[in-house]
This record gives sequence, C-alpha cells and structure tokens, in this order.
Amino acid sequence: MIIHHPILGPRDAQEFVYLGDASLIDRPDGMTAGVEEFHDYLYQRTNPAGEHQELWYHEQGDRSWLVVTRNTVTHEITKVELARDVARARGRTK
Amino acid sequence: MSQSNRITGGQIDRTKTLRFTFDGIPYQGHPGDTLASALLANGVRLMGRSFKYHRPRGPISSGSEEPNAIVELRTGGRQEPNTRATVAELFDGLTANSQNRWPSLRFDAMGINDKLSTFFAAGFYYKTFMWPKSFWEKLYEPIIRRAAGLGSVTREEDPDDYDKGFLHCDLLIIGAGPTGLMAALTAGRAGKRVILADEDFRMGGRLNAETYAIGNTPGADWAAAMVAELATMPNLRLMTRTTVIGAFDHGIYGAVERVSDHLPTPAKGKPRQVLWRIYAGKAILAGGATERPIAFENNDRPGIMMAGALRAYANRWGVAVGQRVAVFTNNDDGIRTALDLKAKGVDVVAVIDSRQGGDLLPGVRHLQGAEVIDTSGKLGLSSITVRQTNGRSETIAVDALGVSGGWNPNVNIHSHHRSRPVYDASIAAFVPGPEGPPGLLVAGAAAGHMSTHAALKTGRDAAIAALDLGSAPDLPQAEDAPVRVSPLWYVHHGKGRAWVDQQNDVTVKDVKLAKQENFTSVEHLKRYTTLGMATDQGKTSNVIGLAIMAELTGRSIPETGTTIYRPPYTPVAMGALAGRSRGKEFKPFRLTPSHHWAKEQGAIFVEVGNWLRTQWVPKAGETEWRQSVDREVLATRKSVGICDVTTLGKIDIQGTDAGAFLDKVYANTFSTLAVGKCRYGLMLREDGIVFDDGTTARMGENEYVMTTTTANAVTVFRHLEFCRQCLWPEMDVQLISTTEAWAQFSVAGPNARKLLQKIVDQDISDAAFPYMGAGNITVCGGLRARLFRISFSGELAYEIAVPTRYGDSLLREMLARGAEFDPIVYGTEALGVMRIEKGHVAGGELNGQSTALNMGLGKMVSKKKDSIGMVLSQREGMVQDNGYRLVGVKPVNPQAKLTAGSHFLEKGAAPVAANDGGWLTSKVYSPHLGCDIALGYLKGGDKKIGQRMRIVNLLAGLDTEVEIISPQMFDPEGERLRG
Amino acid sequence: MRYSGFRVIAEALTGHKGWKPVWRDPTPQAEYDYIIIGGGGHGLATAYYLAKEFKQSRIAVLEKGYLGGGNVGRNTTIIRSNYLLDGNEPFYEFSLKLWEGLEQDFNYNAMVSQRGIINLIHTDAQRDAATRRGNAMIMHGADARLLSRDEVRQMYPWLNFDNARFPIKGALMQPRGGTVRHDAVAWGYARGADQRGVDLIQNCEVTGMRIENGRIKGVETTRGYIGAKKVGVAVAGSSSKVMAHAGMRLPIESHVLQAFVSEGLKPLIDGVMTFGAGHFYVSQSDKGGLVFGGDIDGYNSYAQRGNLPVIEDVAEGGMALMPAIGRVRLLRTWGGIMDMSMDGSPFIDKTHVEGLYFNGGWCYGGFKATPASGWCFAHLMAKDEPHKTATAYRLDRFRKGLMIDEKGQGAQPNLH
Repeated sequence: MIIHHPILGPRDAQEFVYLGDASLIDRPDGMTAGVEEFHDYLYQRTNPAGEHQELWYHEQGDRSWLVVTRNTVTHEITKVELARDVARARGRTK
Repeated sequence: MSQSNRITGGQIDRTKTLRFTFDGIPYQGHPGDTLASALLANGVRLMGRSFKYHRPRGPISSGSEEPNAIVELRTGGRQEPNTRATVAELFDGLTANSQNRWPSLRFDAMGINDKLSTFFAAGFYYKTFMWPKSFWEKLYEPIIRRAAGLGSVTREEDPDDYDKGFLHCDLLIIGAGPTGLMAALTAGRAGKRVILADEDFRMGGRLNAETYAIGNTPGADWAAAMVAELATMPNLRLMTRTTVIGAFDHGIYGAVERVSDHLPTPAKGKPRQVLWRIYAGKAILAGGATERPIAFENNDRPGIMMAGALRAYANRWGVAVGQRVAVFTNNDDGIRTALDLKAKGVDVVAVIDSRQGGDLLPGVRHLQGAEVIDTSGKLGLSSITVRQTNGRSETIAVDALGVSGGWNPNVNIHSHHRSRPVYDASIAAFVPGPEGPPGLLVAGAAAGHMSTHAALKTGRDAAIAALDLGSAPDLPQAEDAPVRVSPLWYVHHGKGRAWVDQQNDVTVKDVKLAKQENFTSVEHLKRYTTLGMATDQGKTSNVIGLAIMAELTGRSIPETGTTIYRPPYTPVAMGALAGRSRGKEFKPFRLTPSHHWAKEQGAIFVEVGNWLRTQWVPKAGETEWRQSVDREVLATRKSVGICDVTTLGKIDIQGTDAGAFLDKVYANTFSTLAVGKCRYGLMLREDGIVFDDGTTARMGENEYVMTTTTANAVTVFRHLEFCRQCLWPEMDVQLISTTEAWAQFSVAGPNARKLLQKIVDQDISDAAFPYMGAGNITVCGGLRARLFRISFSGELAYEIAVPTRYGDSLLREMLARGAEFDPIVYGTEALGVMRIEKGHVAGGELNGQSTALNMGLGKMVSKKKDSIGMVLSQREGMVQDNGYRLVGVKPVNPQAKLTAGSHFLEKGAAPVAANDGGWLTSKVYSPHLGCDIALGYLKGGDKKIGQRMRIVNLLAGLDTEVEIISPQMFDPEGERLRG
Repeated sequence: MRYSGFRVIAEALTGHKGWKPVWRDPTPQAEYDYIIIGGGGHGLATAYYLAKEFKQSRIAVLEKGYLGGGNVGRNTTIIRSNYLLDGNEPFYEFSLKLWEGLEQDFNYNAMVSQRGIINLIHTDAQRDAATRRGNAMIMHGADARLLSRDEVRQMYPWLNFDNARFPIKGALMQPRGGTVRHDAVAWGYARGADQRGVDLIQNCEVTGMRIENGRIKGVETTRGYIGAKKVGVAVAGSSSKVMAHAGMRLPIESHVLQAFVSEGLKPLIDGVMTFGAGHFYVSQSDKGGLVFGGDIDGYNSYAQRGNLPVIEDVAEGGMALMPAIGRVRLLRTWGGIMDMSMDGSPFIDKTHVEGLYFNGGWCYGGFKATPASGWCFAHLMAKDEPHKTATAYRLDRFRKGLMIDEKGQGAQPNLH
C-alpha cells in the first residue's frame, strides 16, 4: 500500500506501523472517567467493513502519527491527515 | 536418434549445438529451445507421470501453463523440483530428470494406481481408512505421504543469491505480445516511463508461434523489429524472463526476473533471480490467452497436446511433434494448426471438427460434426478413435493430436483483488469483469479480443486511455478473423476416463461424482476433487471443469462461476521472495560500542533482539561458562565491573511540559523530581499491565533523559509519540531517541567511584554526586558525557554515557586508567545474576501479563494524577488479594538445581492445574549465596515469605523443595549502593 | 449412508452409482428452535453437537456463501493444545481430545494426523517461557516435551543449524499436535448434522435481526425472514458486521491473514514446526505441498487478500530456517478475515439480547478449536450455561480485568 503523507508525499506503507481505529485519540480523562468509559475506549471497536479512520505511525520516517481514512474492503485510501491536527480538531489539549 | 523430429524454420540458432541429458540420456538441442522443444525434437514425448494414477505424460502446452511435463532440473543444492520443461530454457550441460516415478519413467511401479483407479475416485479417502482408529497414522497415512508429492527437495543449501529491487514507472505493461508491444510503442513514443515485462525469454508472444503477417512482415519479424525500436528508447525498460506475479494494492506489482536460469550457473556477482516491486502509475494487462483442452476418453497420452502448442513447436522451434498428425477442434483456431503443419510438410491425416456445416478444408480430411472418443498407445499416442456425424466410429493411426477447445483470456492478474471474471458467450470464455485493481486496464486476448488486429488496436488504445495521450502511432495491417467457436467441454461417450485436470488426475467422472454427492459449488468441486489445485492452478482445467458442472446441474456457466484467482501468476521460487534475508543476513546485526573490544577478548555474544551483546568474557583457563560468570559477579561485587548498557533505550524529552508529560506516561510522578536527580519509573500500558521500566533523569528544568529496557526501546518511543501527538497535542514537549547517539556503560562495585574519578573531570564524591544523582559532565579532559548514579546490580554504581563514537575509547580508557582496581568487563549473564540477587524485574517478569501489584510495585501507581493505565489497573480482576506476587526462591538443599519456567506446588499437592501456584520467571546461580536462586510469581506470594514449597519441572521430572524468600536476596538494606 | 472401506470397494465395483448427496439443499422453514448463523467449521460443529450430544432439533445453519467457505476452508490445518493460560488450556485440550475421536464420531475421514508440533527455541528466555508453558500443559492433562538442540537436529538435520542468525537451541514439542484435512472437517460436520435433520441453508445471508422486548425473535435473510427461539452467531471475521444487527460493538477487529502453499514435493517435513525467531510456521500436507504462514498483515481489512510485504516476510523466515527451500516454489497465496480479539482469546457467551449467543474472536487460531468451540457453544445454547472448559470466554472479561493474553501484548489485536 502507499500512504500519501501530508508532509512527505507518497510513502510505502512498510515505512509505517499500524495501531488501529483513530478513536484511540479520544482517550477519556482518568481523573473524571471510570472503568466503564476506559473499557469502551480501549476495547470496543466499530470495526466497519468500509471507510475506516485509523492511526499509522511513520516509524521509518518522520515519526508523525497519521490518521488515514481507508476502506477496509477495497483498501482505497481517501484521506490522510496529521493525527495531531485531528486531535486538536477534536478538542484535545494538554 | 538426433533431433529426428526437427523440421525447417523456427527461432532457434542451428549454428550452435547444446548438449543436455534427460534421465541420464544425452540429447542435443539449440539456443532458443526449451527443454520441452528440444526433447520433442529428439522424439521424446514421455516426460512425466501424473500425480495420482502415474499415467505417462508429455507436454500439452508450450508455455507456463504446462501441467504435465514437469521435471527435476539440475542437481545438488541447485536441484529444482517441478520445473516446467516447456519454459525451461535449454543451456549447454543442462541436466534434467523425470520425477514422481519408480523405478523409471517408462516402468513406473506406481502405475498400478491406474489399474485400480476405480477405487480411487474423487474423495474416496474421506470415506475410508477410519478403522481401526490407530491405523491412519501408523499405516495408511505414511503410505499416502510417501506416494504423494511430485518432485523432491534437496537437503543442501541453495548456493545461489537472490536480490530484490524497486522500480517505478508511469505504465507497466504485462506481456509483450502484439498487444503489449503496441501499447509500449504508444506510451514510449509519448515519452512516458514504461516497463514492458514478459515471462518469455523472447518477446513477441503468440507472434513467435504464428505464421501470419503484420503489414508485410512475418509476425515474429515484426515483433523483433518492434523490440529493437523499443530498446532504443531510454524511457522504456524491456524485461524479458520477467513474470508479473501479482497485483497488490495501490498500483504495486510483484515481478520475478529470472536473471540466470538460462545459464549453467549465475555469472559471478549476479543473482539467480530478482524480485521486483514495481510501483506503477497505471498498468495494462496484455497477458494473452491460454488454450483449453476438450475432455475425451484417454485424452492424456503423450503426443496429445493443445493445437496451438503443436503449431508453436512447428513454427517457433522447428519441431514436428509427430509424423502423422490429427487435429480435434471446436473452433477456427484449431484449423490453423492443420494448415500450418501441412504447410510445413507434416502429414495431417485428419481434422476432427465438432462443428457442423461451413466450408470443408481443401486438401485435408476434414470431418465435421465429429469427435474424438478414445485414443490408444501405451507410453505415447498411437491412434485415435473418431465418431463421425453419422455415428460411425473409425480408428486413425496418428502419433500426435492437436486439441483446441477455444482460448481462455488470462484474466488472473486482473482478478487478484477478488473481482470475478464474466462469461462472454461469443468467445465461450471468461473475460475480465468490470472491476479490477484500480489503474489496471486489460487489452488484447487477455480482454477477449482474439485477433491480431484487435490486439494491436486495443493495446494502443489502452496506452492512450491509461496515460491520457493525445497522439498515437498508426496501426499496421493484421489479420482480424472473428472467433468462431462452438462450446464443447467434454465428449459424451462411454464409460472410460476423460481427463479434466491432467496433473491431479481429475476426470469427468470425478466431476459427475461431485455433482452426485452435492459438491456442486465450484469451490466444493475444486476442494472435493482437487480440480485446479495442481501446479498450473487450473489454467488448463478450471473452465472446462466448471462448465461440465454447469451442464450437470442445469445451471448456466455464469451462474456456476469461477473459483478465485490468487497470486502468484505462476509459481515463484522461495529464494526470490526471501532475497538476501537468509543465513546470517536474515536480520541486521546491531553491535554495541564495546563489540570490537569484546571480540578481541574472545567474548561470547548473545542475540538480544537484533543486538549482539557480550554474554560473558572468558579468561584463560576458564572452561565452563559458569566459571567466567561467577568470576565476573564476584569481581564486580569485590572491586569494580563494567558492562555495556548501550542497548537500553534512551529518549531525550524536552519542553516546558516535559514533567507534566512524564506524569502522564509514567505511573509514578516525575514533575516533582529535582534537577540533577534520577528516579525509577514504571510505565503501564493503557490496560494497566506493566509496559516498561527504567530510570529517568532530570537534566534541566525542562529536560529529561529517559531510559527504557532494551526490548522496548522502539515501542516505548512510539508510544510516547502517540501520547504526545494524539492524546495531548498542545503540550510543549519534544522527543528524540538517542539510543544510538550515546554509548553507555554501567560501572559497578565498591571501587566504581574511584575508577570513574580517574576519567571524570568533575568531582563525583558522594557529596557532590549523591545516590540517584544525574548530570552532564566531561571526561578525559573535556569530552562531553552524562553520568547517572543508578544501580541495577545493587552495588555502588554509575552509568556513564559518551557520544557513541567514543564508546570504544572510553571502555579502554577506564580499563587502563583504573587498572589498579582490577576492573573486569561483565556480560549479560553476570548482569542477570546481580539483578536477580537484588530482585530487580527484567524480561522474565516484564512479560506483558503482569501488573505493578504482581511485581510488588503497586504503591508506585499514583492515583492522584491521570496517567496511562491508571484507571484500568484498578479493575477487579487485577487487584485480587491472592494474585501473583513476585518472590525470591532458593532451594532448601543448596546443591539442588532450579529451572526457570518450573511451577510452584504446595508440599504433597498433585501436579495438576488446580494446584498450580505460579512459576519461576528467572533463575541464576548466585556465587554469593552459593546456590541457585530464582524469582517467581507465586499466588499470594507476599504472604508466603519464609514458607517451604515445591518447584516442579514436569518436562525434566524435577521436584525440588524450596524456600520462599524476599526478592531482595542480596544486601536487602541497600547499604552497598549508597556507599 | 455409512462410509467404510467396504462401501468404497462395493461402490467402486458398481460404478459409484450408490453415493448419496452428502447434504440436502433444504428450503428454509418459517421457524426453528435454533438458528446458527455461519456455515463454517464452528457453526457446523455447533449444529452437529446440538443435534447429536444435546439432543436438540429444529436446527438450521444459515450460510451466506457455500458451506465451509470461511476460515475452515482456508487455514493451515494445524491442531494443538500448547496453550499457557488457565483460561485457554483446558478448552484447547478438550478440543484436541475431540479431534482424537472425531472421525469415528462423525464417520468421515478428516485425516486427523498427530505427527507432532515443535516450537523452536532460539534464546534462553524462550526456553524459560517454553518450560513454563510445557509444565502448564502437562498440569492440564496435555502432553509436552522439551527437546534439546541435538534432538531437533536429529529430526530435521537440514534446518539451519550452522549458519543461523538466531541459532536453534531446542524446541517445545507437543507430540499430539498435528494437522487435519480442513475442508473435510466442515464436510464431516455438515454431513453429520444433515443426517440428524439439521437444515443447512447455503446462499442465505443474514441481513437483520428481529429483536422484541430484549429477546431475539428471528433473522431477516436474503431468503426471507426466519423465526427462531435461539440464535447463535459463529461468523469469525464477519462478527462485527453481524452483531451490529443487534446493536452491539465488539472487542474485535477484522484483519487479513495470508497463508501459503508450495508446489507438491516428496516428503520433507513430517510434523508441524514454528520458527521462534521470525514469522514462519510450516507443515507438509499429505498431498505434498508445504503449507505455511506467518504474521497477519496488520491492518484492519475485510478484503480477504493481503500484500507483498508479508509474503516476503514469511519467505524470509522460511529461508532463514530452511536454506534448502530456495528452489521450492510458492504455488498459491490467499487471505482470510481474522476476528482478532483484544487479548488474542475468543468469546463463547450470551449477549444482552435474550436468546442471542455469540461465538467469535478466534484470531488466527480458530481451526484447532473447531470441535470444542462447537461443543461448548452448543452446550451454552442448549443449557444456558457455559461449558466448564469455556467459562473464561466471557464478553465482559475486559470490564473485569480478566484478560486471557497469551502473548502479553495488551489491547492491540494486530499484535496477538
């Protein structure tokens, strides 16, 4: 597969390490959330057959975490964003 | 008998003679020959035996789809089983042997299976061999396994090299027949970067096997001229002997180039084969078509082959497969064979045409509405029996029969993304479906366009479409005959066997039996009968098999459908897929800064991930590893020892939020750590299990240096980047891995300070550099360095780091300048002994299954702040009172041996799971305690200190009484490390 | 119809006219007591044991494609019970014992062949872990042996002993491990279930579930609505898709695993072997092909096909271990959808919907589990309580912190 890195352009997917669903960005706050919320965050997956937002890490590259929108049936990639931008857009702070 | 079947013409170089042997018998051929063409030229038709019935077989094709003529090529470490004689290029000195026969190809004892074939119907083995139960493994299966298989594998290492490479292009063209050549010309002239790959050693595809002209030039000559022109284009790469094996995601294609298979051995420095990963903007599949047989009784004898192959041998290789030849066809293309052979002077005794009506061929006995219903000939064809339209049967003496059931477009690569081909009744074949791999176009015969004109036109048009070109070359004149085919899948006649899959011996009867037993899905048909599972992956058999099933079930062919096409297109040598990653080069070596020094000393090394670490450093006279390790431990604890700990992960963490960041990623607190101090840190995964540990030092207000375990250096860094970028993107914190930047040594023992003071420029007295101190220093008069007063061994100890390139010098300097203290260098074994004596956790305990509580470190998980893993570490199943706790263990009898991995049992308890108390995680011999000691996880272990239990190792029959002790087995008060 | 050697001979001598369909093609009835969604190995085994062992009737298996077309038809055929953890080992040992009597039980030769499995050891730490595991296996009633380097060498002298990047230092062996002819398992269960009146309905995809007042009523399918008192789902890689019909999210991701077979070869490898220093395992089929595999591709996928890097990675492992196979040719690659769970272990459990049961999360290890999975799922569905060997396979185990994490990789499915 080829991932079009927003900064570095097309890169072979072999340069990346895969983590999983980009919902892993949405970590609850441990001081307010309990086991139930963390359970849903860490363990439960929508696991769609179709469009999937997912986290890839450019380990053999610039160390960016990316959010890749990829179809799990066709493997077509339609969008690649810096995970940091996505995280900020989702309101994550310090 | 020297090339008795050689006739005129062909693209072989008759000026040179190549000698080769088959089953030990010498033969001659010419450059341009394949093994099959050369053997046929020498009158050899029998080249193999079938898988199940051991039927005599000869080639049925002239290409890579060949299921029958497969041989063992070469000898020794280069012995190559299952090589298709039809594509093996002849070279001088080639050695080939037949396979899957005993004692010889002509007299194969396993041919008895053929006589008993009625008992070996499809799937018979699923219905028997069940009684008595034990006989399957003891009797039946061993016999089956010995009989099964085709060629044999050498036990020697493959002596040849394989390489891998990357190629990039605007357009990849798969196949260099008329379609591919025209596409290449179109794209090449437009200046695009083009790769033209063909599996054959000669480009031109079917043009090399045909007689018709393009423009005014014979097709083969036109192809040669075209190749010559293309070769002049710098933007075009011509790759012969290169098979595109698969279409993968996003325009990546795999291809194998057989660089040296046509040579006795690879030229010096050259690989045997290269695996190319081709990154193509667009691709055109111009892979042509494969002729399919018709099933009729005894259609598998040597001498019976595809009509197109028969004329390919005549036209391209100058070989008349037989002296009296017949053709059996259901389409016009078969007629061409008769005409071509006749033109070459071969005696064409009959054309058996299953179709009715139309013009009769002049000068040839043309039997319309007729079918071949049987054949005879023991090791090769001697006659055929023909049923004419009036029902009369006639036996005709022939020694070769060309069969044409029509042509199947080579849709394979287009279907590699699991899109299914669709049936085109006009050519009675499957053509590529509407959806294939993005960016892959199909042209020519592969797309079902069977005439030469259509090939040229669709090749050109595909290049235009793929690259959005404005101009294109004119098309030369070429034949544009329509496909005229009347489907005939099998001849309805009699009770004999008619082969569908020749290699696997699947007959029409087997297909009927599958239908009778309701294995009617094509997948069930395949799996039950093994149809299409041979080395040709059904290229010569699948379509007729499914068409027969369609007829039997009353379904249409499209309803019946095909099985799935999978990579590789043709079988690929494992060596090519592995490339250079084999032997010692399987994975790269990472060497520590002290590696060269250690090698000079004759050190023993151990693989730790990709690192090679010093395991111990034997001294003269030491014959047992324990002698060296004990000495290293004792010397360190007595005076001073040095250990290379460069492999530990090192991460610089900087920024105004560095401390807050560490509080998030560590279970304990780091924001409160004083500048110039270190702290032991415990890192959890989000699921609350211990991830990693290490010391982290605060080098400045906004600057920390983290160490990780060797094993987790990469994953911890990845995790920290995840936390930084994805979880807390607004934190001002920067990370960089400095694992390779710093050479780091542990210096431990009562004289550690004294030794270090000889190279460190600053005062490192206890007052100036107290326990858990950290700082930037200089050594040897100004070289920048880092010093941490931390101890894994329990001794007064430091870790000192210098830029990696000075690591070797630093070690030598420390040993030289500190000589008066008799410093030793210790390896990972002594390191392990000392850390276990101190009860420090490492690999065996950090197993990814253990909590801080299990390790006795539960109090380190701060609940006052949010950190990774904090919440989930509190789940009910993970905070049980009687859970595993880390304990120390020593045998009651000091002579008794312990084994890591042994399990705890109470005295008198039976060794069953219900009594399983836990296990030993790590074990060493402690020269200080004079016995084996171990760490272990024991259920409720914190309450069992001082008790006696048993350790059992049921794999070795060991059962040992032990005492449960504190994990801190040496200097529990920690007086030495503060010294 | 009962199969036997006598029957084979008798049929051979009379033109094979007497063989009957191995299963019927029934039309779906309006309602069943039990519907099993998924006509793969686990679903067919569940139906078989429901009928045979738990004496239930009015059972249907709904399969969207052809019987045995999922992972039971595309795995690398290995059976073993060499698990480490208490939650797993009793279950897999139960499964292995069922394998040992399976062919006589369902009267079909699935070629269960216990030629042994060895896990090669390359480091002291691996030996320690193997010792822990081997002892756990024996304590659970399984068999295990620790082999020395020399013993391994005696078995397979042509492995890379002398020029290896990661030297072979021994192996953990389970002599009762082995292989089974995978398709035949599906067919044997299907035939056995069909003979006991189970309706096996192919080309019937479930498109919805009818749930009223928290209770399952039936399923919508491409062949119409079918009522059911109890519905069991055993659809492996499609688990998330099917359970979404009941509004459930699962601790499962779907990943592609590729598998490989070489051209047919004369005998080279007798048993099963796993390489401890790379992603590679191999056995040789009775037909002669080397059947091998390695790691999953590592990204979520329903495509049932993989990419080149893993093909290369597996070949590298193979060549590193077996330097003689350079000229052996890879014949075919394929891919299946793995229901990768969050701790690498499966689920056999009830759900929040009364009468709806779930079986999944088998990762790439479901084949060896087939008999016990079917038995335990049937037990759960018939008795509404878990079988004693499958009590740990609960959907709520992550809530409680009771993970069954054999590899210690944590909540990241592609690492298991």
